[in-house]
Amino acid sequence: MSPAPIVDARAIHKHFGHLHVLKGVDLQVAEKELVFLIGPSGSGKSTLLRCLNRLEDPSSGSVVVDGIDMLDKRTDINKARQRIGMVFQSFNLYPHMTALGNVALALRKVQGLGRAEAEAKGRAALDRVHLAEKAETYPLQLSGGQQQRVAIARAIALEPRVMLFDEPTSALDPELVGGVLAVMRELREDGMTMVVVSHEMGFAKAAADRVVFMSDGMIIETGAPAEIFANPREERTRAFISQIERH
Amino acid sequence: MEDFLLAFLNWQIVQEAWPILWDGLKSTLALSAMVVPLGIAGGIILAVLSTLPSPWVRWPLRVWVDTFRALPPLVLLIFLFAGLPFAGVDIGAWGAVAVGFFLNTGAYYGEILRAGIESVPRGQIEAARSTGLTSGQTMRHVVLPQAVRNVLPDLISNTLEVVKLTSIASVVALPELLFQARQAQSVTYNATPIVAAAVVYFILLWPVVRLLSRLENRQLASRR
Repeated sequence: MSPAPIVDARAIHKHFGHLHVLKGVDLQVAEKELVFLIGPSGSGKSTLLRCLNRLEDPSSGSVVVDGIDMLDKRTDINKARQRIGMVFQSFNLYPHMTALGNVALALRKVQGLGRAEAEAKGRAALDRVHLAEKAETYPLQLSGGQQQRVAIARAIALEPRVMLFDEPTSALDPELVGGVLAVMRELREDGMTMVVVSHEMGFAKAAADRVVFMSDGMIIETGAPAEIFANPREERTRAFISQIERH
Repeated sequence: MEDFLLAFLNWQIVQEAWPILWDGLKSTLALSAMVVPLGIAGGIILAVLSTLPSPWVRWPLRVWVDTFRALPPLVLLIFLFAGLPFAGVDIGAWGAVAVGFFLNTGAYYGEILRAGIESVPRGQIEAARSTGLTSGQTMRHVVLPQAVRNVLPDLISNTLEVVKLTSIASVVALPELLFQARQAQSVTYNATPIVAAAVVYFILLWPVVRLLSRLENRQLASRR
């Protein structure tokens, strides 16, 4: 990898009690790269993702994002997290705030913008996910797909350097998946660095630069989507992919 | 029947006693305006502390809350008013009521708010933290507003109890509604002022009771 990677995680171990969930994982992501993490449930992909912005503290290893050592006690974690957007499987929009309120909260409270400026930026972010007209709508009045797009707007409004997606379409009805993937595709075309945990293999084939297959807390295999899907080297990868493709 | 009306529903006595009762009502309102915010403030402090994982916070907090829920508020009040002066600490009637309600109702509000905080899904906190909000900002802007909304009927119900409980301030001679009614009763040699005070309490609190049952019905309906 020629330029310094924007995400550089090394030798990550994570224990939950006596469960050893990550067993020495390395993950580097280059700027503007879209990396897809796939693997059976319980393989540690979500945990790895959550270690990158320290929603989980790794038991050992190092995580450097955009030059910031995320595990250093002196790092202002709240400042660092603004550079790392995250989108969750269950959207996690604040139900007591409008779409715009959701997007503007961190702009105001974390970045310290005034109301007018935060709302202007918030509207611009909603516009990027094609929901400008829903600014005043509360989350429960939006479809799942729209909620997830508001959640994406909430993250990109902070102008992060990296976006993490934790199964962004798994909670959606099939007909709503397309809209979310389309927004993700546009983000990618705008040059966003993205790490995506997902089972959307079609999207991975079409949009990913690299696919990382994890199993049992380890990275088993990594490569271009065409290689991984057509000619997996490892038996476990092959088994997983044939199982997924049957669905 | 005549005797009954004269003793309990004597209009002339009401008119005579009204200035005294009116002063009492004003004190009851002032007292409520003091002890309800105090109790809620105490409750928020306890509820927020209860989210800290440290056992050095958890256990003292548990003991604190249990103590003040188990202690009868009247006993607490009399201790603060009549007991503490023996230790050279005299905080007066208003002081004793303020401290007593802070301790007693704070513990109840705290338990209600704690349940509210626990009802907010973990994902809400993770989403807020992932955007760089501190844990304090997350509590204030994301968790507490939802927590309050989730337990609103319980909060209102407790507030109703607190306002009714202000009548115990009469035992430390704080001139609230019940105390004034007793004064009027002894001046007029008639029970009507007590009945009048009861009617005033009812008029004051009945709208809150109605509001509460509407909220409870709505919450039941939304669960279906």
